Amino acid sequence: MSDNTKSDAQKEGCVGCGCGGGNGSSGSLPPVAAQDARRGFMFKFGAGLLGIGGVLTALPIVGYIVGPARSRYRNEWVDLGSTTLFPSGQTRFATFLNPIRQPTDGDSAKTACWVRCVEAGKFQVFAINCAHLGCPVRWFEQSKLFMCPCHGGVYYQDGSRAAGPPPRGLFEYKWKVEGGKLLIDAGRLPGLEESV
Amino acid sequence: MNREAILKLLKQPVDWIEERTGVIAFSAPLLFHHVPRSAKWWYVFGSATMMFFTIQIVTGVCLGTMYAPSAANAWESLRYIDEEVPLGWMLRALHGWSSSAMVVMMAIHMLQVFMHGSFKYPRELNWITGVFLLLTVLALAFTGQVMRWDQDAYWGLGIGAAIVDRVPIFGDQMRALMLGGPIIGGETLNRFFALHVFILPGAAIALVGVHMTLIIKNGISEMPKPGEIVVPSTYRKGFEERMHKNGVPFFPDAAQRDMVFCGVCLILLVFLAAYYGPFGPGGMPDPTLINTNPRPDYPFMWIFGAVSLLPPASETAIMLIAPVVGIAILVAVPFLSNSGERAPSRRPGMMLLAVFVVMAIAALTWEGITSPWSPVMNGWSALPTPAQFVKGRTPLQMQGAVVFQYAQCRNCHELGGFGGKRGPALDEIATRMSPDQIVRQVQQGGGNMPAFGKNLNSAQMTAIVSFLSTLRPANEADSTIPGAQLPLPINSPVTLNEPLTGREVREEISAGVSSR
Repeated sequence: MSDNTKSDAQKEGCVGCGCGGGNGSSGSLPPVAAQDARRGFMFKFGAGLLGIGGVLTALPIVGYIVGPARSRYRNEWVDLGSTTLFPSGQTRFATFLNPIRQPTDGDSAKTACWVRCVEAGKFQVFAINCAHLGCPVRWFEQSKLFMCPCHGGVYYQDGSRAAGPPPRGLFEYKWKVEGGKLLIDAGRLPGLEESV
Repeated sequence: MNREAILKLLKQPVDWIEERTGVIAFSAPLLFHHVPRSAKWWYVFGSATMMFFTIQIVTGVCLGTMYAPSAANAWESLRYIDEEVPLGWMLRALHGWSSSAMVVMMAIHMLQVFMHGSFKYPRELNWITGVFLLLTVLALAFTGQVMRWDQDAYWGLGIGAAIVDRVPIFGDQMRALMLGGPIIGGETLNRFFALHVFILPGAAIALVGVHMTLIIKNGISEMPKPGEIVVPSTYRKGFEERMHKNGVPFFPDAAQRDMVFCGVCLILLVFLAAYYGPFGPGGMPDPTLINTNPRPDYPFMWIFGAVSLLPPASETAIMLIAPVVGIAILVAVPFLSNSGERAPSRRPGMMLLAVFVVMAIAALTWEGITSPWSPVMNGWSALPTPAQFVKGRTPLQMQGAVVFQYAQCRNCHELGGFGGKRGPALDEIATRMSPDQIVRQVQQGGGNMPAFGKNLNSAQMTAIVSFLSTLRPANEADSTIPGAQLPLPINSPVTLNEPLTGREVREEISAGVSSR
């Protein structure tokens, strides 16, 4: 390589890319210390910009993914129908459309529960989910027991635990009677730390 | 043109590409790296795992062209693929069977590596990437089960959600993060879809890349021999010398066994898929259809079994801590022992541990499949009362048999080998409990039996106890009076099956009169 081509290349490189001569390796350029200082500044500047840009990009992504954990979904009063559907002393199956739902839910927005009419005007509404691991419990009228098909949880008719692994009784919905209709406070999937 | 001219002509484009990509220089070691001469049939399972993974990707992409990842349509789209799309059922069957095969091959591969001590220096990271591959593949299996979006998928998610929900403080948030909201619904399926088709396969491909790079870097371990111990300071040098001297190129020397085994696997896969067809989808994902018996897929059956056997007082702690501890132990394996003997015969404790783990998983899987803790939900309405338990009984006793059935006792108790296994079989209950004890047990429950006191009136209770008191083998005394002789051997068909003729009755009476 001749001196001529070499300096051309350096010149081109420095003017063209604005890199402060960082890609060259020699002599006719600004002193090494000054180069290093500029490179150090550029590096920090670049890292800072990239960091800010990265955080700005990440915020909506993380927010989108963790959104469901943060949003306050609200339970609503759901109509289970006339109280005459639930005769005194009986436990009946009832279904409703979950008030918390999304357009793509399909059938999975449907929810089931067990309604026990203790006496006229007095109800117990149990979540379908076993308190052990959430499988759907079934009511057996003859023995007055709820039984779970997964791990054998058994509950008495008042929802209290009778046998098996459940750590507590069945989850109960809050209920009220308005205009002859039974309403329950429903929405979120019941979990252990709450009573629906 | 002569032969050399042709070769030269062919070589030109190859050289052109090689000069610009280095693809041959890069891939030659993948094919021709030296492997131990002793690496024979024990070494085929890793390759088989990777082959099944490749099939999963190909069939998965194919299914992705038809599957509707939406809670409202997923189940319908699978039915459509199964029933309407030409060969759709076969693609689903291949994907399902290959998934099971991948889990099985991976388990065998891991077991082989453990038993041969191949995780020791310098292959600690081979093992650890393998552990993460195992977790990724299991996650793929679970999310794949969710893709079916049938009743098992729905309630399986419910079980997962209930476990996550038990995490202290953050349980609720973590559950919402997992489900994409406070219920199992549209967002849930799509979250698991993103995991199943983007995140987890991406992670698996990356991990396979690292795993393979490590195999090239560290070589494949030799068959262990007693006395050939691993000394980290000298191992690599010795291994490389031995490979140089005695090793054989992976292709074709070792690869030919992989080819034979993978070929057999593929043919079996196609036959299994064609004969048994696809997995599900099961019942439609309508949570108000509660006559369902949710069960996980086989890779998770042992966990399903384990969670039913935990004591209620500590089950939350165990459910949350055990997986963390289990994974930590798996990751720690090469750090706990990364030198010394590799031969199974010199590591009897480790062999026992491996046998124990395999047997525990097999036993828990069997328990999960048979689920003896689950009531037989239709036991009371569907099972006949075996004839020997009602033959020759009084009306009161037979009434008791009716009450026994009606009160759903059969859901948890066997008679004649049929019924629930949650409680003890009652075929011989009268030899163990007196009528008074039976009354007490039925009334008050206990020992994991609900109390029936409020649900049976006294007439029903009398009937049921009088029935249960007859349940004992022929010629064996009941427990009322130890050692007492029975008035009649109740289960003996000889006396009870053949009604006495009028003449015999008269003879008996007269005999009785004369002996008096």
